[in-house]
Amino acid sequence: MKLTLKIWRQKSAQTKGAFESYQVDANEHMSFLEMLDVLNEGLVEKRQEPVAFEHDCREGICGTCNLVINGRPHGPLPGTTTCQLHMRHFKEGETIVIEPYRAQAFPVIKDLVVDRSPLDRIIQSGGFISVNTGQAPDGNAIPIEKDVASRAFDAAACIGCGACVAACPNGSAMLFTSAKVSHLALLPQGEVEHNRRVVSMVHQMDKEGFGMCSNIKACEVECPKEISVTNIARMNRQYFSAMIGSDEK
Amino acid sequence: MKLDAKIPAGSLEDKWRKYRSTVNLVAPNNKRRIEVIVVGTGLAGASAAASLGELGYHVKAFTFHDSPRRAHSIAAQGGINAAKNYSNDGDSVYRLFYDTVKGGDYRSREANVYRLAEVSVDIIDQCVAQGVPFAREYGGLLENRSFGGVQVSRTFYARGQTGQQLLIGAYQSLSRQISLGTVEMFNRHEMLDLVLIDGKARGIIARNLVTGKLERHAAHAVILATGGYGNVYYLSTNAMNCNVTAAWRAVQRGAMMANPCFTQIHPTCIPVSGAYQSKLTLMSESLRNDGRVWVPKKKEDVEGIRQGTLSPVDIKEEDRDYYLERRYPAFGNLVPRDVASRAAKQVCDDGFGVNKSGLAVYLDFASAIERYGKSQAHQQGLDSSDKNLVRKLGEKVVEQKYGNLFEMYEKITGTNPYKSPMMIYPAVHYTMGGLWVDYNLETNVPGLFALGECNFSDHGANRLGASALMQGLADGYFVIPYTIGPFLSGEIRTPAIKTDAPEFEEAENATRARLEKLMSIGGSRSVESFHRELGLIMWDYCGMSRNAEGLNTARQKIRALREEYWKDVFVPGSMDDYNPELEKAARVADFMELGELMIVDALNRNESCGGHFREEYQTPEGEALRDDANYTYVSVWDWKGDADPQLYKEELKFENIELKTRSYK
Ligand SMILES: Cc1cc2nc3c(=O)[nH]c(=O)nc-3n(C[C@H](O)[C@H](O)[C@H](O)COP(=O)(O)OP(=O)(O)OC[C@H]3O[C@@H](n4cnc5c(N)ncnc54)[C@H](O)[C@@H]3O)c2cc1C
Ligand code: SF4
Ligand code: FES
Repeated sequence: MKLTLKIWRQKSAQTKGAFESYQVDANEHMSFLEMLDVLNEGLVEKRQEPVAFEHDCREGICGTCNLVINGRPHGPLPGTTTCQLHMRHFKEGETIVIEPYRAQAFPVIKDLVVDRSPLDRIIQSGGFISVNTGQAPDGNAIPIEKDVASRAFDAAACIGCGACVAACPNGSAMLFTSAKVSHLALLPQGEVEHNRRVVSMVHQMDKEGFGMCSNIKACEVECPKEISVTNIARMNRQYFSAMIGSDEK
Repeated sequence: MKLDAKIPAGSLEDKWRKYRSTVNLVAPNNKRRIEVIVVGTGLAGASAAASLGELGYHVKAFTFHDSPRRAHSIAAQGGINAAKNYSNDGDSVYRLFYDTVKGGDYRSREANVYRLAEVSVDIIDQCVAQGVPFAREYGGLLENRSFGGVQVSRTFYARGQTGQQLLIGAYQSLSRQISLGTVEMFNRHEMLDLVLIDGKARGIIARNLVTGKLERHAAHAVILATGGYGNVYYLSTNAMNCNVTAAWRAVQRGAMMANPCFTQIHPTCIPVSGAYQSKLTLMSESLRNDGRVWVPKKKEDVEGIRQGTLSPVDIKEEDRDYYLERRYPAFGNLVPRDVASRAAKQVCDDGFGVNKSGLAVYLDFASAIERYGKSQAHQQGLDSSDKNLVRKLGEKVVEQKYGNLFEMYEKITGTNPYKSPMMIYPAVHYTMGGLWVDYNLETNVPGLFALGECNFSDHGANRLGASALMQGLADGYFVIPYTIGPFLSGEIRTPAIKTDAPEFEEAENATRARLEKLMSIGGSRSVESFHRELGLIMWDYCGMSRNAEGLNTARQKIRALREEYWKDVFVPGSMDDYNPELEKAARVADFMELGELMIVDALNRNESCGGHFREEYQTPEGEALRDDANYTYVSVWDWKGDADPQLYKEELKFENIELKTRSYK
């Protein structure tokens, strides 16, 4: 299949970027990233600089790939990362627009590569359980209801890709942050320090320049792991109750 | 040089316990002044960095990824073993030890493996405490399943995303130490050289991948936890960026590689679909708990399937060859990976492969769906003779167990595995070989340690499923915090290492010269095209089965390819910038040398064991034929560049296990 690609090219954070057009010959069995590989190999053969994009596992689990395809983070399919998207979902002759995430907190490094380290710093601010190696009781000491473990898992499935931020008109990181808050707060092990955690993570989120949440829910639609916005509601509840009950206002 | 594995004296059961209570420690006030570099933040590296940080060392952790959470460990699906015996099915530390040594075809070190089995139980406790949401029973207790090569259920899992959840646990512990200031984290930094001062590992040269700048980082000791080198085959189940560079740069500085030819080919991967293919996708071994592997018995059925006139569901039960169940009745579909892979290759070589390329077999869930469906119908008091109902109920159970894998399969292939069996074929998956380490996980270079998949230590010639995650976390959480003691306790008077030492200067210059050279060749071929060609040579001659003639041919081919590489590769862009092509170019250059060493190692080992199958050495039934009299040793190689590498042997002594022919019949 012959396709036209309109790809955002930008040398660095300091320079201005622009779209450039390319023609590529793909086939329907290829993954989207394999299609870009083909494009890049062609560019290298023509001694031009290939398009920089990030990827690693190509199985939808590492959270590295992060393209905005025809205006949608990770492309058109629900519950699918860019690397899991296959060309059979596109049509012969189609023009595909490929851009990096656009969010204030995620500056462009080059072409389609952005800096998502603010997400790491949100986790560092409290997204963990304070237990040192060797301090743990037996794994079966505290039974956890199957359903509770399963809900914690649903939240823990977040791959940290940042699509929720890119999808949000306000550039908010609420879905990402609330997924971590929920994962840990739902489990008895994490419940102990949940007040401190939620306050600290929400404050860090604000510090990093992420926007406010105004309940648009675009994040949930674009999240490749289908993380639910009910996590945001849970986090808000916990945050307010922690703020009322805490002295670190 | 004499290789000393430093195995503690005493009985197998006492070694680690005694070691831990007598090993030299570093006092807390001294720890604060001691710096340790950890390269890699996968399960092994993240757990090591976090635990060392907790102990009070000053840790500098490096990853080429944009975040520690992206390490390849994230992709592990099936599970992690531990000798908890929660299933009450006869498991014990000894049994896990025994299974691992046997599974490894008697080419691993008893003492290391026993320690691994001992600490396995602590790993589960630690992970639960960190909030890893393992699968649970209705009673709220942890659930287990089975993996290949064993007859107990000792595998803990978190849906099909066990690696992700374990890595997130380790990443969170690491993040906590970063916030406390004990760990300094360097993302998007790639180690490109090791710095030795007075023969000891004292630092690294790392390239800042955003600015392209070369940086010097010093420490009292260096830990490599940089993963495996399966991508030397180009196509593998490894993440795209996995590479051997950190370990290979250490080899250039004198560290030695052990058993480099021991590669694991995983039997259940999605088959290759075209020349543009960039990687292969694993379908977890856990699927073999319920999936049955088969090919048609009749050639005409095979033809029909290839032509699309027949569908696998049309083929009658008696016309199917469930070859694993037939050949290995005791273990059936759950034979170890090397055995299952070779069997798949054999039926395909005999012309029974079920896709167009003839390189695929079926993994079928129809019987499992029926069995689960009936049991559900029974439990719920419904009509178990209603086929549609049974199917629906059964599919639901299968979905709960393997839903994400089925979904992944459908996304990639476009076919629905609930309705028609999966097509699978073996693919390169894991490397048992790696940097040689002693009981302390220290390489032959003092102060240089290797953890996780990047060392050779525990899996012999074949790794059992769900044991890599166990080993990575054992090394990082529970072994290295102790075993780094003997080295560091001798360093408490060593002041902070300075990066203006001439050794840093030399290493930085050498690294720059190497990168400049790659940039300046300006040839006509892409890095990718060379990598693909290298991979094909390795797969054809040093893959699932090997022979002396082929290996000799391959060695010539690789040498020629390497020469061409340094004359004709083209690397676009600039050195002083974000440049993924340059990163790849430096990695492929190292793969080209490693590939040759793997071939030399495979040539030297005139026996078949585990993943290493030499066609000349097989039983009449086509099973691997070991040669214990001559090859019960670890091959430890000193790489000498263009000259022949030199072999050292670490003899393996089996004092607790009797060497037997591995039989899964
Ligand atoms: C698809 C798949 C599924 C698997 N499933 C299972 C399973 O179910 N159970 C099981 O037990 N095992 C499984 N394995 C194997 C297991 O996942 C790996 O062996 C294990 O995770 C390796 O962990 P590690 O910490 O040693 O290395 P990795 O997780 O590979 O981490 C390597 C780290 O080193 C860094 N690094 C490497 N080189 C450099 C450098 N030069 N400079 C800076 N940083 C560097 C990387 O950035 C990364 O952080 C699976 C493997 C695959 C491929
Ligand atoms: S919540 Fe979803 S979109 Fe946001 S980072 Fe996690 S997986 Fe990505
Ligand atoms: S490359 Fe890992 S999720 Fe897409």
